[in-house]
Amino acid sequence: MFGYIIRRVLLMIPTLIVISIISFVIIQLPPGDYLTSYAAQLSAQGDTIDAQGLKALEERYGLGQPIHVQYFKWVSGIILRGDWGQSMEWQKPVKDLIWERLALTILLSSVAILVSWFIAIPVGVYSATHQYSIPDYVLSVISFVGVGTPGFLLALIVMYLAMSQLNQSVGGLFSSEFLLAPWSLAKVVDMLKHLWIPVLIIALESTAGSIRTTRANLLDELNKPYVETARAKGLEEGKLIWKYPVRVALNPFFSTVGWSLASLISGQTLIAVVLSLQTTGPMMLRALMSQDMYLAGSFLLLLSSLTVIGTLVSDIILAWVDPRIRLRG
Amino acid sequence: MENNHLLLEVKNLKTHFFLDEGTVRALDGVDFVIKRGQTLGVVGESGCGKSVTARSILRIVPQPGRIVDGEIMLYLPAQSNHSTLTNVVNLTRLNPRGTQIRSIRGCRIALVPQEPMTSLSPVHTLGNQIVEAIVLHQEVSQAEAREKAIYMLDLVGMPQPSRTIDRYPHELSGGMRQRGMIAMALSCHPSLLIADEPTTALDVTTEAQILKLMQRLQQELGMAIMFITHNLGVVARMTEHVIVMYMGKVVEEADVDTIFHNPKHPYTQALLKSIPRLGQRTRERRRLESISGSVPDPYSIPKGCSFHPRCSQRIVGLCDQEEPPNIEIGPGHKTRCVLYR
Repeated sequence: MFGYIIRRVLLMIPTLIVISIISFVIIQLPPGDYLTSYAAQLSAQGDTIDAQGLKALEERYGLGQPIHVQYFKWVSGIILRGDWGQSMEWQKPVKDLIWERLALTILLSSVAILVSWFIAIPVGVYSATHQYSIPDYVLSVISFVGVGTPGFLLALIVMYLAMSQLNQSVGGLFSSEFLLAPWSLAKVVDMLKHLWIPVLIIALESTAGSIRTTRANLLDELNKPYVETARAKGLEEGKLIWKYPVRVALNPFFSTVGWSLASLISGQTLIAVVLSLQTTGPMMLRALMSQDMYLAGSFLLLLSSLTVIGTLVSDIILAWVDPRIRLRG
Repeated sequence: MENNHLLLEVKNLKTHFFLDEGTVRALDGVDFVIKRGQTLGVVGESGCGKSVTARSILRIVPQPGRIVDGEIMLYLPAQSNHSTLTNVVNLTRLNPRGTQIRSIRGCRIALVPQEPMTSLSPVHTLGNQIVEAIVLHQEVSQAEAREKAIYMLDLVGMPQPSRTIDRYPHELSGGMRQRGMIAMALSCHPSLLIADEPTTALDVTTEAQILKLMQRLQQELGMAIMFITHNLGVVARMTEHVIVMYMGKVVEEADVDTIFHNPKHPYTQALLKSIPRLGQRTRERRRLESISGSVPDPYSIPKGCSFHPRCSQRIVGLCDQEEPPNIEIGPGHKTRCVLYR
């Protein structure tokens, strides 16, 4: 097992190198660059920028150099100095921009995942063990509606309800007085007050699907002979359901937890835009639109790295919970 | 028959499955008796109700099946430690999820299922599953239960039991898994072991080993075995008394010698003719006979004797009209056929 993890980690290195090259090429692919769109924006506003000014900016960002030189500059900055480059649009180093948002996003998404499992697994188990009963039909209808409802629509509905019924402001993660304030206990408390709506919306979006997955997987397992063996042993019904078939039925959750690492960052962009959350999704969207290459590139690189790491984490978790796929050696 | 030798008495047991397509009368009035320490063979084609009988006794009939009538009386020794249990328990009266039936399942009556490949949980070790059964029915600590599990594995001839106990099922062969299942079933010293085609999924060499093991364990532990099989060779080897089932009914019941040498019911006769025998009429090169037709549609069991459409000795106007009575034709030999009225 230990050797397997080491081998997988070593294999990740070339994967990540290739990914970083591809990310960099992709952000260079669209015609023009940030300066072009910046100049276009300025002239649209009636301003002009002289060639000398452009030249200065070009030099500052190293834009005139060949692409591979730019790439090595960027990557060596990340690896050697932790310098992810400069965001042109924000006029700030990328690393100052993303970490706080990243932390918020990870907090938000992981709480949402836990909430979603906390609802979906018991409901799915109930649905499967009471198949074709009236509660099962009701829950099935609700979860089908849930699968079909886009998250942003749900966000709008919840926003409206919270606003009109509870009189609670739902935009963002902070009240306006704390938005730019440094971190303090009061700010954390304020955040927790705002957190539940986005958590609920993000959680509900995946809950419906998870209920269906749990129900379907458990139905496959419930009639397996090993369940009957446990029953014939004299085990209590509830206990045996949770110990045996549920355990096997939950494997897809363990195997997909890794992928959700990446969706932590890019996922829920639409919901985040609607709810104006200070998360990474909206910022990445904007960086891509304005060709803010170092910011967008950093996001792409982070996303891909998290996907690769997440897949490894998934494999390790799955090997841990399911002895059948444990590799020998 | 003296009552203190009785272990299990099944009377007029009816288990039906209520499906959208109709009601399947899987068991339609089954009667039989198992005495202490006896081996009862239950024989019949697929779908005749053998496995449903076993599951009815354990009260684990899967949905949408239900026991609709009949009694299953379990006679327990008087010096029972379980204060909740009286001497005689009618299993059909118990709540299938209640504590009383759960204290009987796995403790008084244990099951060895058909499919050793899938009957153990793939994500738990063999030891975990055996220890669970021991801790459930006996007041012992985890460590003692583990000792006991290792002892049981040793008893069933598992190689290196103290290491095998921590193995997962996929690391074991079919024969080893079935030994593990038997160890689990016997870990609480049941009075009755229900073996539901325990060797069907195994190759013949392993089958022979498992059968030998079961015979040895029965002699050592003295439990009764209800041996469900469609393999008449296994019946001849393993059992003392035999019931032959067809379409949810016991059509013939006798000791094993009578069944093989003096079968009365046309179905039993046909069943015996369908197996090849060494050294018999080899010169004539007779074709192996098969029973004509196939098992009727379970949704529409024929009127009268359910075997009459396939029976070579049927009496038109009688067999297709009248349900044959259960006739005692010798000591302990009963058959359901109008020919012996």
